[in-house]
Amino acid sequence: MEFAIATAIGVLAASGVYLLLRARTFDVILGLTLLSYATNLLIFASGRPVVGKPPVLRDGVAQTLAQYSDPLPQALVLTAIVIAFAMTAVTVVIAMREHADLHTDHVDGEEPDEVRRGGGAR
Amino acid sequence: MNHLPILPILVPMVTGALLLLLERRHRTSVLRLWAWIGMAALLAVSVALLVQVQREDMLVYLLGDWPARLGITLMVDRLSALMVLTTTLLAIPCLLYACAGWDKRALHFHALFQMQLAGLNGAFLTGDLFNLFVFFEVMLIASYGLLLSGARGARIKAGMHYVVFNIAASVVFLMALGLLYGMLGTLNMTELAARIAVAPPERTVLIQAGAGLLLLVFCAKAALLPLYLWLPEAYARAPAAVAALFTVMTKVGLYAILRVYTLMFGETAGPLAGMAWDWLLPAGAATVVLGALGVIGAPRLRISVAYLVLLSAGTLFVAFSIGNAGAISAGLYYLPHSVFVSAALFLLADIIQRHRGSGGDYLVPIASMPSKTLPAALFLVAAVSIAGLPPLSGFIGKLQLLNSVPESQTAWVWAVILGSSLMTIIGLSRSGTRLFWRVDPTPPGGPDAPPLRRSEIAATVLLLAYGVVMTIFAGPVLRYTNAAAAQLLDVETYIQTLRDTTPQIREPSP
Repeated sequence: MEFAIATAIGVLAASGVYLLLRARTFDVILGLTLLSYATNLLIFASGRPVVGKPPVLRDGVAQTLAQYSDPLPQALVLTAIVIAFAMTAVTVVIAMREHADLHTDHVDGEEPDEVRRGGGAR
Repeated sequence: MNHLPILPILVPMVTGALLLLLERRHRTSVLRLWAWIGMAALLAVSVALLVQVQREDMLVYLLGDWPARLGITLMVDRLSALMVLTTTLLAIPCLLYACAGWDKRALHFHALFQMQLAGLNGAFLTGDLFNLFVFFEVMLIASYGLLLSGARGARIKAGMHYVVFNIAASVVFLMALGLLYGMLGTLNMTELAARIAVAPPERTVLIQAGAGLLLLVFCAKAALLPLYLWLPEAYARAPAAVAALFTVMTKVGLYAILRVYTLMFGETAGPLAGMAWDWLLPAGAATVVLGALGVIGAPRLRISVAYLVLLSAGTLFVAFSIGNAGAISAGLYYLPHSVFVSAALFLLADIIQRHRGSGGDYLVPIASMPSKTLPAALFLVAAVSIAGLPPLSGFIGKLQLLNSVPESQTAWVWAVILGSSLMTIIGLSRSGTRLFWRVDPTPPGGPDAPPLRRSEIAATVLLLAYGVVMTIFAGPVLRYTNAAAAQLLDVETYIQTLRDTTPQIREPSP
């Protein structure tokens, strides 16, 4: 299971970074989303992945650390998810505003020179 | 239980929420009244906090009365109290300047402004790494709003870069937190310090990776050399009152570095002790040089001021990485000074920009400014202060810093600091002559420039007056920063104080 989680985190982070480095706002937003998924998994895994153990105390189960999983990373992930979610919404709004104002979805607000020269559409 | 430590967060947060509710029904004058009431309360609280910290050294506040290793703690030492007071003092003239008219044009300005203060104060007061992340986010979200409300064209573009860069940095922050929690099992900074000291050697590498990621994030926020690209454009495009408030935002990154890498990776950290400083000293020096070049080369006054912010961040990096008590103390004196003066310069640049009409704040000799005596005089005072010429506060800060450089590094650190000061003088003299002296004798034929607004001038004068007060009372201020620096380097006391603070209502758990 550790291998699967580690691979998932790695693949998500790598795709996230790749998309983040691209020049279109949509790709950048997707990249940030994937990167935050990878981070959420990483934080979740920092509480050690265990199967079938609850994070809250239960009647009839001995109150020792071996019987439960660590609840704190799950709380942290919740905070991180909420913040990442809100931030994605903010970026989408800014990207739409940029598109409406500058008529391009390039992150620099203008098309690079070769596109302008090559594509006669403009 | 003493509830003072949480008030600098609660006061602006409640005021901000209140302002958001009032906004729909009431006119701007009512909003301004409440914003000022909140600000007065915040000032009173910040001063009270500073006084109390001087008496009791350190205050630890357990949120929800949970024991420190389980819950979130607020930790107020001399450094935190100083930063909170600096923020409040900076916010007063910013609000004054905004009340001259910008607050009517920007949506939700007052609410966002208060939330920004809550985030800043929270970041300075918290003793918990994850909580630091949360307050960073509060601060950043408010700053996105302040920067972008009513934005068009170039400002939207600068805002996009700023937002994406900061979100990416926040993601890296979370990764670092995940690693550190996985390795050490706590996120309380002081408790982390204690656990890093006894961490098993096989975990050192991953702890180091976490600490390195953390350093990357803080450097990005503080605009260290390779990570500064977002700063000049965003600061130069922001509305003046907001740009002035943003001068303290880079200092949050510096504060976090100073806090984390003296407390968690201080002398007690074994193989990881002082891991950050070897990197930060040359990077800081390079930032200083780049900032100085930017000041000379900038085409507009506001971009030049943005590079001055960069330069002061670099100087602080140098001061903190030298790492002895004298240099840290000099840095802590220099920090409020540079915040106040660069904020004053941002406000001044805005005043000049509007009064030159079509010339804007571009550094070209085109149009004469009506009633230029007052702005020119203020510019002179600010320039003298930020360049570090005697007799103003910049000189005292830099002198103290140069004084505490250890002998082995004297040559090149002195060369960098003094050389950058010289370049700043050259750059600002050129800006000054182009803006105020080399102008057409005949006034331009365009519409008359608006008269200088009294509250805007008052805000700028107030910011510069802080610098003068810091110069006159340099003795007491330096005594305070000396004590703050000595306290920072004494990690054992932090651990002891934290462990001695136990819940008062709750039963202490075994």
